[in-house]
Amino acid sequence: MKDVLLEINNLCVDYVSPNGVARAVNNVSLSIAPGETLGIAGESGCGKSTLAFAISRLHKAPALISEGEILYKDCDVLKMSDKELRDYRWNDVSIVFQSAMNSLNPVITIGEQLLDVIIAHKKISYKEAHQKAVELLSIVGIHGDRMASFPHQLSGGMRQRVVIAIALALEPKLIIMDEPTTALDVVVEREILNELYDLKTKFGFSILFISHDLSLMGEIADRIGVMYAGNLIEIGDAETVFGKPSHPYTQGLVASFPTIHGPKERLYGIPGNPVDLLRIPEGCNFQDRCTQCMAECKKHEPELIKLNDRHQAACHRL
Amino acid sequence: MNKLIDSIGSEDMSVQESNKLVKKIKGVFSTIHAFFHGNPPAIIGGLLITMVLLGALMAPILASHNPNKRVARPHIAPNAEHILGTTRSGRDVYSQVLYGARKSLTVALSAGIIAMTLAVAVGVTSGYMGGKVDEWLNFLTNVFLVFPQLPLLIVLAAFLGQVGSLVITILLGVTSWPWGARVIRSQTMAIRNKEFIISAEVMGESKLRIILVEILPNLVSIVFGGFLGTVIYAMGSEAGLGILGLGDATEVSWGSMLYWAQTSSALYTGAWWEMIVPAAALAVTGGSLALINMSIDQVSNPKLKTGPHMKLWKKLKKEADQRRGLL
Repeated sequence: MKDVLLEINNLCVDYVSPNGVARAVNNVSLSIAPGETLGIAGESGCGKSTLAFAISRLHKAPALISEGEILYKDCDVLKMSDKELRDYRWNDVSIVFQSAMNSLNPVITIGEQLLDVIIAHKKISYKEAHQKAVELLSIVGIHGDRMASFPHQLSGGMRQRVVIAIALALEPKLIIMDEPTTALDVVVEREILNELYDLKTKFGFSILFISHDLSLMGEIADRIGVMYAGNLIEIGDAETVFGKPSHPYTQGLVASFPTIHGPKERLYGIPGNPVDLLRIPEGCNFQDRCTQCMAECKKHEPELIKLNDRHQAACHRL
Repeated sequence: MNKLIDSIGSEDMSVQESNKLVKKIKGVFSTIHAFFHGNPPAIIGGLLITMVLLGALMAPILASHNPNKRVARPHIAPNAEHILGTTRSGRDVYSQVLYGARKSLTVALSAGIIAMTLAVAVGVTSGYMGGKVDEWLNFLTNVFLVFPQLPLLIVLAAFLGQVGSLVITILLGVTSWPWGARVIRSQTMAIRNKEFIISAEVMGESKLRIILVEILPNLVSIVFGGFLGTVIYAMGSEAGLGILGLGDATEVSWGSMLYWAQTSSALYTGAWWEMIVPAAALAVTGGSLALINMSIDQVSNPKLKTGPHMKLWKKLKKEADQRRGLL
């Protein structure tokens, strides 16, 4: 690929615990093009959020990015000095956290929190910053009068929008959204995502969208990556992954929720539980729960196989 | 026949029970091992405090002389018969330190227990109940808090004349609870609004159960830390009152030993052992309690990032940095 904004090569993230080292992200490689929306799906504990944290280098002990590189415009994020890292964060990559409503300080007005970000990173006067903040709030559909409100005076959806406004404040090239709408109802979720997409066409940033909601992902993402137990097991165009999944796990995920149209069918989930990261089996991580497991799967770990130009999956069946 | 079966059954039972006991003992040992493993303050503090406690408990066996009797000439320097020398009045310092440990530790531990019991009772009640109860208890706490403690103790002790160790214990216990109560109160207030307390209320748990089972376990590290802190403080105050001659100087305690060393101007006459020995005993005991306090924090707070696995993390981090060419 020529046009790459962020490239992750063989990234490994470990959690060092008293019971051993758990590899939460294992050898993940992916890339995001400018203006692209990449969705990362997978069940709880599969390493989605760990991956998001790694991209902005937010991991603290006992987490450790043990191997690999994260190239942002050909510059390795993992080698940046503290100053470079400060510039990189939020200017280039901003992040909306899982419990985004809780990332606002309860005793400071939302206006001040918006101004904080702008003034910390840009050399502009207070007046200009204020104007910019009001503008940002109106972009996400909140009236500028709300600048003086405290977070508890806003509803969950509004707080979420404030957080998104803060994420947009410096017009970053990439926004990482770590399950930004999980705590919201579907109506608000739809509203926020619509706004986000309007903004995206306006500003042209890329989004790394992390969620376990595959149907939502199928709708908004250009490409989808599916993770299981720290491995990226399938990645490809949204329609392909969602419509014709190749990996048994993705097939299981897609079969786990009902379709609105068509006849009512019995739903099939994926039996069993995710693997214990401290006791990873030899061979494929998914072997115990896989319906199509064969002898090969118990011996060797499958690698990502190129199915076509834009679709890769890691399974011995392919 | 039936009897035979019965007896076999009971034998099985006893085997099972003994197995259970073995498992239990193993469990206790593994907990102890987990506490001390990779926790140097715990090891050092534990060793020191065990030595002090053993010395106090086995004083009658370990002591070479009667601590209250004149057994030699005054101010004999440490020698084979009197390992730590003798006092001005010809008493054996080594035996006195052992017996003194009993008195000093009893006073300190009992005062600590009294203070922490009061602190937990007042703190948890006012924090959990809130409203009028909190208002009154908080007022009481504040009143006790603004009293200057040591001067109050001195005045009370002087007013009551030379008082025995029991009175000192009670005085120390009753005056040193308020700061603990304040800390516990605020922590309780923080916990009581958490969702697990609300869900316990919804499930219909009684207030007592919520306090004892839901809230108290969350306070263990604070209560224990406060307890050890109070013990150290009480030990110091007991010695302080003793030095000032406000305790019972006829009882053997580290405080009264220091008092006699002071009045006989042991340091001027070159009899350093009479002064240094009880002072060192106080310092070692206080230090070991402080070390244990530190180590409890490490264990009881799982979020604190310490422990043996952090060493591994540092090693791995260094290796990763080297691979990236940062070092």
